[in-house]
Amino acid sequence: MPLLDIAGLYVDFPSHQGVLHAVDDLRLQLEAGEVLGIVGESGSGKSVSMMALMGLIPFPGRVRAQHLSFAGQDILRVNETTRRSIVGKDIAMIFQDPMTSLNPCFTVEFQITESLRLHKGLTRKQARLRACELLEQVGIADPIKRLAAYPHQLSGGMSQRVMIAMAIACQPKLLIADEPTTALDVTVQAQILDLLATLQKEQDMAMVLISHNLGVVSEVAQRVAVMYAGQIVESQNAQKIFDAPEHPYTQALLQAMPERSSGQARLHTIAGMVPGMLDRPPGCLFAPRCSRAQAQCATPAPVHNTPQGQVRCHLPGSALEEQMA
Amino acid sequence: MDAAKPPLTPTREFWLSLRQNRGAIAGLITVVCIALVALLAPWIAPYSPILTDNTVFLSPPAWQSGGTSAHWLGTDAIGRDILSRLMHGARLSLFIGVAVVALSVVCGTALGLLAGYLRGVFDVLVMRCMDVILTLPSLLLAIVIVAILGPGLMNAMLAVSIVVLPHYVRITRAAVIAQGQRDYVTAARLSGAGHLRLMLVEILPNCAAPLIVQASLGLSTAILDAAALGFLGLGAQPPSPEWGTMLADAREFVLRAWWVVTFPGLAILMTVLGFNLLGDGLRDALDPKLKR
Amino acid sequence: MWRFAISRLALVLPTFFGMTLLAFFLIRLVPGDPIETLAGERGIDAARHAKLLHAYGLDQPLLTQYGIYIGKVLQGDLGKSIITQTPVAQEFLSLFPATVELALCAMMFALLIGIPAGVLAAVKRNSWMDHGLMGASLTGYSMPIFWWGLLLILLFSVQLGWTPVSGRIAVAYFIEPRTGFLLIDSALSNEAGAFRSALSHLILPTIVLGTNPLAVIARMTRSAMLEVMGEDYIRTARAKGLTAFRVLGIHALRNAMVPVVTVIGLQVGVLFTGAILTETIFSWPGVGKWLIEAIARRDYPVLQGGMLLLGLIVMSVNVLVDLSYGLINPRIRAH
Repeated sequence: MPLLDIAGLYVDFPSHQGVLHAVDDLRLQLEAGEVLGIVGESGSGKSVSMMALMGLIPFPGRVRAQHLSFAGQDILRVNETTRRSIVGKDIAMIFQDPMTSLNPCFTVEFQITESLRLHKGLTRKQARLRACELLEQVGIADPIKRLAAYPHQLSGGMSQRVMIAMAIACQPKLLIADEPTTALDVTVQAQILDLLATLQKEQDMAMVLISHNLGVVSEVAQRVAVMYAGQIVESQNAQKIFDAPEHPYTQALLQAMPERSSGQARLHTIAGMVPGMLDRPPGCLFAPRCSRAQAQCATPAPVHNTPQGQVRCHLPGSALEEQMA
Repeated sequence: MDAAKPPLTPTREFWLSLRQNRGAIAGLITVVCIALVALLAPWIAPYSPILTDNTVFLSPPAWQSGGTSAHWLGTDAIGRDILSRLMHGARLSLFIGVAVVALSVVCGTALGLLAGYLRGVFDVLVMRCMDVILTLPSLLLAIVIVAILGPGLMNAMLAVSIVVLPHYVRITRAAVIAQGQRDYVTAARLSGAGHLRLMLVEILPNCAAPLIVQASLGLSTAILDAAALGFLGLGAQPPSPEWGTMLADAREFVLRAWWVVTFPGLAILMTVLGFNLLGDGLRDALDPKLKR
Repeated sequence: MWRFAISRLALVLPTFFGMTLLAFFLIRLVPGDPIETLAGERGIDAARHAKLLHAYGLDQPLLTQYGIYIGKVLQGDLGKSIITQTPVAQEFLSLFPATVELALCAMMFALLIGIPAGVLAAVKRNSWMDHGLMGASLTGYSMPIFWWGLLLILLFSVQLGWTPVSGRIAVAYFIEPRTGFLLIDSALSNEAGAFRSALSHLILPTIVLGTNPLAVIARMTRSAMLEVMGEDYIRTARAKGLTAFRVLGIHALRNAMVPVVTVIGLQVGVLFTGAILTETIFSWPGVGKWLIEAIARRDYPVLQGGMLLLGLIVMSVNVLVDLSYGLINPRIRAH
């Protein structure tokens, strides 16, 4: 049985002008100890889908799903107390901007020991010791001094390490990292990613790594899901995504990566814009920007199952095949 | 694919936001009604506000036993019709509100513009004076000013204007300092605009929004403060039908004649509430970062 | 922390001097002869006039007069009341505890009801409860408090007979003034029913005086909470699986308290303004009533001294509030 089993997830944000479909019929499965990368542009719904899992969707958002199962329990249907014992303990999440994600009024010690005392029932002394160990584990030098620090006294990289320490404090089975390196300096980004990869192996956690950067995700993830306008358009094993992507959007993304350009010609871009609230196409959401679009793309795209994953497209196929045709 | 709706102009967006705020609409309607009553009072009031009639003193409102339909809201201790006095009182209150706000807006904006523009010693002096005014409890300062000048409606209005002055000075000064760094001001100065033109034409329109909000809320403060002074005997003097002054006489009748106490205060509450609702609505509509 | 404290104190020095200037010029600005104003008499003959001129120091240059005045103020000498001939400072001190007791009770009332109301309105945002609470708060804010007091007297004292109409305690009791706070003194005394009497006299004035601050605090708490609740660190707290009570009551409230504390500090000035009116209505023997009577009786030294003292107290409270920020939000301490 998969650790995480999401089926039919919809997240909507109603407003005066209409309804924003942030997540549209999402289906996802994750095994214990597996690392999944979710890639997409801003507005693709990658963060929102995971926040729905954690119960963090703000007012006026609405979440509905066929099931949102974690370790056999449907989080949407379980009672509030049970939900709170799962979230924060067995599933943990770290966010994009560590500088604003820590409470400025409380010390590092307070914020880390809080979950330890709540979920593990540790005493203050025990929690303090464990917090110290955790800070060492995430690579913070002089942990005792750092325990007494306030968030505004920490740098970006250190704040993120503290966030990670907080997240792994109760030894979660699943860690969700929402763009953990986007707000950090380039030099620190690699360190944090290494730290996450190491911790994942040490603790045998499942991990979901969300990013807009395919390169970042490919180093750590075993499987990659590509999201567009609230839907997963392609989900494959990480290597295959790079070698033989099936969905036109994934292909376009790869073409647009500066690292892959041949060096002489102009960089590739994807013409057009992500559909907003008011101009959502009735059929395949990518059709207006797709080079392969045909008449049938005016209807919603079906999901094809391939040996290693899925593609949501009327005309899936690798660019290589197309060029040869 | 649907075409995107054309973006709203700032004015349209303002009206749309205001219309959606039910409280603001209620406030607007209240204010308009009171303004109408105030304007038409000399013609629609059934009696004169100051003529007394000793045969009907302390007559209860029409719906209570002992009351007559000749005096809908009853009469006071010397036989004056309360309804007529309230209507004429509306004229006074609105006049007070508008005059006080006009005076403090003009003086406050002028001071703020000069202080923010000239900076230096003048700025420091003005701001210290404003600090003193702000630190002292408002009614206390108003009382002291009236004590110096003598009781009366005009002096009370002057006192209230001085008390609320710092708010306008601060708003304008802050806006001037913030805008003064902006490029369009430098551009205007480079193209030869004089100081006065810079202040009035370039900078002032950008302070308009917070000034408008403050003025609308200031109207309610002015009416409340002037009524408080009237209640203490320091504002409009009897037989003036100012609502606060009406309440000063009413204290002794708490036991015998509840209507003498209730109605003037209710009038003040309705008016102030109306202006506050309107002011809140204006602030929400004019503020770009709306807290939805 | 100390540097922060000293820099705050330095900022209020000009305000202090400004207030003394205003107080100093008060008597000289009254139309008419300052001597007649100070002495409280009219039509003084020339000889007595000259004598009084010298006694009041009005024959000295203005700057010297001001210097003497400041010197006296710093020593606590604020002149004598024309009517009672007792030193102004002494009269103020004897009456101030009554005002403080009323103001403290009113503030506690405002906080105990206002903060939970604001939090509730923020949590149940846009619901009927939110609109109702904010509507009630706006009404409380728009209410002329002298009328509110009369209304409450009408309802509770006259119609229902539950509370007394005026004063601090039933006339029958004589309580030894030990602290000046009648609640404490009456509880300490042996007289039966004294504490209950003092309490019942305190209820209506507290509600009346506390209504305006309550409204402001409720609105401020709501808007501060709404802003804080949208912050990232609240999302983190929720992601840790904390109870809603803990997320709101500890993580959110602590941060929301910063703007609310500002407002509380600003309310002190409003409380004194309200106290003037409340004491008049309830015949509460405090500083407010004293000042109003002084105007009627043209007791200018009382006005001058009372104004200066109240202004100084408000100023001190503002400084204390500023200093307390450093305690609540450690980030401010660092700057």
